[in-house]
Amino acid sequence: MVLGKASSSSLSMKSDEDVVNNNNNLRVLVVDDSPMIRKLHDMYLKKFGLEVQVAENGKNAVELFRFGASFDLILMDKEMPVMDGAEATKELRAMGVKSMIVGVTSLDSPYEKQVFMEAGLNYCFNKPLIADNISFLLQELNKNNNDKN
Amino acid sequence: MDLVQLQRQLVDYKTSLYNEGFLDEQFTQLQELQDENNPDFVVEVVSLFFEDSERLLNELTKALEQQSVDFKRVDAHVHQLKGSSSSIGAQRVQKVCIAFRNYCEEQNIEGCVKCLQQVRHEYSLVKTKLESMFQLQQQILSAGGSIPM
Repeated sequence: MVLGKASSSSLSMKSDEDVVNNNNNLRVLVVDDSPMIRKLHDMYLKKFGLEVQVAENGKNAVELFRFGASFDLILMDKEMPVMDGAEATKELRAMGVKSMIVGVTSLDSPYEKQVFMEAGLNYCFNKPLIADNISFLLQELNKNNNDKN
Repeated sequence: MDLVQLQRQLVDYKTSLYNEGFLDEQFTQLQELQDENNPDFVVEVVSLFFEDSERLLNELTKALEQQSVDFKRVDAHVHQLKGSSSSIGAQRVQKVCIAFRNYCEEQNIEGCVKCLQQVRHEYSLVKTKLESMFQLQQQILSAGGSIPM
């Protein structure tokens, strides 16, 4: 950030560059029991300049938050051992977590997707995520961040 | 065989894999994620897929051999296999998984056993083909060439 000689530049004013660089400050948690999916999503997100952490199941994800971690975006698989995605989402929302939680699932039935959404998701996508999904989510995240300013 | 011939062979081979339905668009997306910083990404993800699939196929065999088959358990494994095969673009494996899940829902053990055979078959086909493709790629790289996309 450059404190220029121009008199009217306010510290809270964002340039285009800042908006793009916002991605570098966004932290994402990938929750999935499949090492393959974790690796895949990790790679996709890193390509977009995001900081990624992974968790193997819903319980581990919830514990991360309990220990004070925070993330801007959580990619939550539905079917996991120990604690599944819907349960983990409910717990996180009950804990007051306001981060964007996006379900990623290979569930076929719209009814099951609906149930998952009702656990407290912001969005639900089919597995695996593709670049377009991620662009969309980043747009939404940046929109939310800009609204806060 | 010279480098140009090898490269042409690779392109033809890849094209045939798409045409015969072994691979789909998702595999292309996977390749696009690979770069100089992660030159083995595709091979790594595919290796994870192989490991995952072999584990799941063993679990499925065991589950279907039980006196009293737990269809929920069988379905959970097939669901995972469907997810991972679709994530790397192994289309034919994915398609059998869809049929397999229908038989699970119907609790049709004969249908399930048939599907297990089919999915084993499709899995071993795609595994062989991917391994051949990787071998060809390695030959090209060893000859100092680059992989045509």
